[in-house]
This record gives sequence, C-alpha cells and structure tokens, in this order.
Amino acid sequence: MIQNPQATRTHYLNVNYGIRSWLLTTDHKRIALLYLATITVMFMLGGLFAVLVRLELMTPAGDVVMSETYNKMFTMHGIAMIFFFLIPSVPAVLGNFLVPMMIGARDLAFPRLNLASWYIYTIGALFTLYAIVSGGVDTGWTFYTPYSTVWSGTNVIPVAVGIFITGFSSILTGLNFIVTIHRMRAPGLTWFRLPLFIWAHYAASIIMILGTPVVAITIVLVALDRLFRVGVFDPNLGGDPVLFQHLFWFYSHPAVYIMILPSMGVISEVTACFSRKRVFGYGFVAFSSLAIAFVGFLVWGHHMFVSSQSIYASLIFSVLSMVVAIPSAVKVFNWTATLYKGHISFETPMLYVFGFIGLFTIGGLTGIFLASLGTDVHLHDTYFVVAHFHYIMVGGAIMGYLGGIHFWWPKITGRMYSEWWGRLSALVIFIGFNLTFFPQFLLGYLGMPRRYHAYPEEFQALNVLSTAGASILGVGYLIPLIYLVWSMRYGRPAPDNPWGAKGLEWMTPSPPQTHNFTETPRVAEEAYAYSSPEVPVD
Amino acid sequence: MTETHPGLLHHFDDAAQQKEASTLGMWTFLITEILFFGGLFAAYVVYRTRFPEAWAAGSHHLDITLGAVNTAILIGSSLTMALGVHSSQIGRNRLLIAFLILTVVLGGAFLGIKAVEYHHKYEEHHVPGPAFSYPGPIAGQVQLFFALYFAMTGMHALHMVVGVGLLLNLIRQARRGRFTPAYNTPVDMIGLYWHFVDIVWVFLFPLLYLLGRH
Repeated sequence: MIQNPQATRTHYLNVNYGIRSWLLTTDHKRIALLYLATITVMFMLGGLFAVLVRLELMTPAGDVVMSETYNKMFTMHGIAMIFFFLIPSVPAVLGNFLVPMMIGARDLAFPRLNLASWYIYTIGALFTLYAIVSGGVDTGWTFYTPYSTVWSGTNVIPVAVGIFITGFSSILTGLNFIVTIHRMRAPGLTWFRLPLFIWAHYAASIIMILGTPVVAITIVLVALDRLFRVGVFDPNLGGDPVLFQHLFWFYSHPAVYIMILPSMGVISEVTACFSRKRVFGYGFVAFSSLAIAFVGFLVWGHHMFVSSQSIYASLIFSVLSMVVAIPSAVKVFNWTATLYKGHISFETPMLYVFGFIGLFTIGGLTGIFLASLGTDVHLHDTYFVVAHFHYIMVGGAIMGYLGGIHFWWPKITGRMYSEWWGRLSALVIFIGFNLTFFPQFLLGYLGMPRRYHAYPEEFQALNVLSTAGASILGVGYLIPLIYLVWSMRYGRPAPDNPWGAKGLEWMTPSPPQTHNFTETPRVAEEAYAYSSPEVPVD
Repeated sequence: MTETHPGLLHHFDDAAQQKEASTLGMWTFLITEILFFGGLFAAYVVYRTRFPEAWAAGSHHLDITLGAVNTAILIGSSLTMALGVHSSQIGRNRLLIAFLILTVVLGGAFLGIKAVEYHHKYEEHHVPGPAFSYPGPIAGQVQLFFALYFAMTGMHALHMVVGVGLLLNLIRQARRGRFTPAYNTPVDMIGLYWHFVDIVWVFLFPLLYLLGRH
C-alpha cells in the first residue's frame, strides 16, 4: 500500500468508528453512504428479478417459471428498481453528499430529518422485502385497479405499505434540499452562480414534494378498497378505475423526472469539467430543469390514450407531452455545444456522459412516437414502451448515476479507482445496454406485448439477443461493484481535486472533514470558470 | 442577530437563518399536505359530479348540528393556538402553557364529537364495507359518498391526533422554560400546522355536510 497522508488527518470517515457512529449520524455525508449501501442492495435485488425475466424470455414457451411467477418477477423488478433504487439514487446519495458541499454549507438544513429519511426508506424497504419473501405481488408496479383491489391474491397490502412509507423519505429529502438551497448558500453564491447540479436537484425536489403525497393518498385508497371493499376504484360498486390511473400517473409520470433530472445535473457537472468549458447557455440549462418539472406535471394523461379517456383530453396531453421534449432537447443541445471546441478528455465519468447523451436522446425521441395518438394505439403495452423507458431510466438515469459515482468517488472515499477498469466497464455497460434494449424496440414495433411469459416463435431471435445483452449488462454492473469496493481499501489515495474541477466541493480535502469547510467560503465567480487548457492537479 | 441560545444548531450561521429555514421547511411541508388531501378532494369532485343524487342523499345523513359545533370548536382552538404563539413571543410562559392546554382540550373535544358521529354511522350501517346497507338503487353510490366521507374526515382526524401529540410535547418543553422571545420557533411551527389542519376542516365541513342540502 502507498503511504497515505489521509491517515494522519481527521475527516468524516475516521472521526469516529463503530456501528452507533453511523446509525445515529446526522452528517449528510455519512447518510449519503448509508443510502448508497441500501440502494445498492435493492438494485441487486431488482437486477435478480430482471435476470429471471430475461431467462424466461429466452424461449417462446413459458418453461422456466409459471405465468403467475413471471407476473411477480416483473412486478418486483419494477417496484425494487423504481421506488427503491431510481427515485433515491442520485438525490439521496450524490445529492445528499454534494448539495451542502456545493453551496458552501456545513450540512443540510435539517440533519436529523435527513437521518429520519434514511430510516423511513429502510423501514419501507424492509416491508417490501417481507412482502416479497412471503409470496410477492403480481399487479405490475402500477397497481392498476380493480385487479389490485379485488382480484389479485398476492401481497398487495404489505408492498403498498412499504411504498407508502418510502414515499415520505422522498418527500422529506426534497423538502430538505429546497430549504437548504434557499437558505444555506454561502455568501456571494447567487442563484445564477449555482452549479447546474443544484438547479436540477431543486427542480426534482419540487416534484418530490408535490407528486409523492398524491400517490401516497392513492395507495391509501387502494388499501381501503382492498381491505373493506368500499369501492372507490371498483366499477361494480360505482367506482372508477380510470380515476386511479389519473391519480397514480399524476405522481408516477413526474416521478420519471425525479429519476432523470438529478442525473442531468451530474451530466452538466461532468461535461463542463472534462471539456474545460463553462456549460453552454447556463441559464437555459438551469431553467430547462424547472420547465421539465413544471410541464412534467401536465402530461400524465398520455398513459391513458387507450383507457377510455376523452379524445380531446388525449389531444391536449399529446401536445403537452411533446412540449416537455423541448426543455429536454435544450439540455442535450447545450451539452453538445459545451463539447464544441472544448479540451475533451475521456476519463470514466465522461464516458458515462457520452453514453447518457446518446441513449437519452434515443429514449426521448421514441417518447415522441408514444406521445403521438395514432402510433400509441399500436405501440401501447408493447415492448416498444419497455425499450423506451429503459432508454430513459437505465440509459439515462443510471448512466448519470454511475458517471456521478465515479466523478465524486475520490471526494467521497478519498481513494482513486482503477481508471482502466472504469473505462472498460463503462464500455461493457454501453454495449450490453444497447444489445438488451434495442431489440425490444423492434419486438414492440412487430407487436410483442409486455407482461407475457410466452410469445410466438418468430420473436425468439430478438429475445435471445436481448437476453444475451442483459447478461453482458449484468457483468458491466458487477465490475464497478468489485473495483469500487476494492478501491476503498487498496485504491491510490486521492488528491483533493483529481480532475482539476471547479466547484466548492473540490476545495475541501478528500475525504472532507465533518463540517465540510474550515471557514465558510465566499464565492466571487460564476460556476464552471474553467480556463482551458488546464492540467489536473495531481 | 448574532446572539446565541440553546436552540441554535451548529450548522446555522445565526438564529435568524435557522428560523427562516424552519419556517420555509414548515410551509413546504404544508404544501405537501395540500397535495396529500388534494387526491381525496379530486376523487370527491369526480364522484360528486357523477352522482349528484347520491351525494345529496349522503349529506342528509350527516349530523349537521354536531358538524357545526365541531367547526366552532376547531376555529376556537385556532384562536387559542394563535394566542399561545403570541404569548411565547412576548415571553409570557405561563400564559403560553395555559393556551396550549386549552388548545389540546378543544382538539380533544373535536375528536370526541367526531367519535360520536362515527359511532352513529356505525349504528346506522353507514360504514362502507360488507355491513353497509342503504335502501334503494343508489346504495353503491351512497356507499362511495361515505367511503370518501370516512377517508377525508378520518385522514383529518389522524392529523388532529398527531397535532395533539405535538402540542403535548410543546407543553412539556414549555414547562421547562425552553421558549423565550428570542427562541420560540417550535411553537410557531406547530401553530402553522394546527392552523393548516383547521383549514382542511373548514373545507371539509361545507363540502360534506352542507353542499348536498341545496
């Protein structure tokens, strides 16, 4: 091992030891690591279910699992990945760690509330784990009524309780970010000097506090319906199942933006750093985050084009869904323009950025297909939809998450990971991802429906390709898990600013001390004041 | 505003910043609460528009006297809460404790009357579920009315119970002399919460009890 100067210095990781010092911590940086550990477990769980789904779909016949089991597999894959991994991923880990550091604060506004969020999340996750172990749930992650309230014989209530509880962790995190960003900025750090990561988290936080409570009360109504047969969503008793869909998607469509906006924040930071340039059109990128949060609340009806929604409502939702593509496109164009004449280098985080920009663009453009009323009738509930949202959530959100984890890993752990392995795994993930999900666009266009464990033989070739891609993707996710864990102990000690990046978080030592800054920094320049070319300080 | 007091947490620069953060945090939380109840109100509007007769019929089975008394009690409790906040701001600790106790008593009275109303509904078989019974062809729709009645007032009552718990904790802290004119943020914040719960009822009462009668 290399002589480690960090061993002689007190920082947030070695200030004290023992399980209590972690479970009772109010340090936002330690809470971020608690989240990192728990969401990684949930990610592996969700991944396990995905493996089983892809295994089943290798052959046209339903031969690996029974159809009931298959229904549970894709349901629990969705629930684990969406509610317990993607929603908290970037905000709860990177946001928690970085929001106070980027704005020059000693902690989030409400540190104990922050710890409470993690406990709430964990309790919700344990409820869901219990539900899975004791038999699982088969309604799809969308819990459509009246199947979920009347017909499904599986553990709907425990999972609903788990998701309900976890929702509050998301609300409290969003609340904490909003207050922190408003009230805790360092002197001189005006709104238009904030890193775009902060703008993105601010926009995502607005969605968290406005959307999550609606799905919470909807879950309560589903539970009441199921337990007491009160009929709020049961057509036999006068209730309206489409009302459920409206309430559900009022949260769950904006929830996509909870997943993607913070990742977009990561992309802005990394792009600027490895192009050595200010993000092109800073103001546009900042406001496009708010525009996505705002317009994102007005598009939910595009999930109900074939659910008896009035054609006029569908028309308006269709137009609004295309409108939300505009701020997303603004971001993509501005990141691309940032690269123009930049001094680009290809470190691991930057590879994820390139992956994000390409895959997110495909995901976004195929979203336009689905927002069009005519094509959606054909594509609704086919694999085209599955491919579309995986391009956004996996190709977009997870790429951004992994890029961010690599970018700030030296700051978080004080160790460098292996650049060679980093680049390799970014490449493997990109290849594996495309091989998994591009065939699904074709399958969907050809008419293969979602959520069936058997399919006609003519679809087999593309399904085998997809499963092969999934196995490559799985390996791609395992590699970082191994070398990142390895680097925590054996990695080269990280310098304070290994990438020569701008931003207050890089002015602290790696890893930072408990209260982040010895004295409150004063900010006198805009974000991303890169003067290219600049050599990384190493 | 650089004075220090025991309530100031290390990560804030001064008491003013801390108070601003708490206030913004509470208002943000209340916005979340509005959306939480908003889902129920949306369901109410949809079904009321669709089943006006059932809604009129359902309203007639609610006890307007008890509802009105409860409304008066709750508005009274908001007054005592506001007076409590004022007392803490001018440093009258004994007065603060008295007003907080009064607020708890009024909140408890509201919950008691609500329980009586629920009991009547139980005896009349108006609680939705297998035991629900209502004569005539619109029984299912009337059951929907009562389902939303219980969901909305039940969720409101739950917020009241939480509020009473918070007030009891405030009283305990006030008896230890924790609040001064310089630091009374918790009183102020729980006051905001209490007023919010009050306002929810101000919407619930006319929507559930009064509107259908005309």
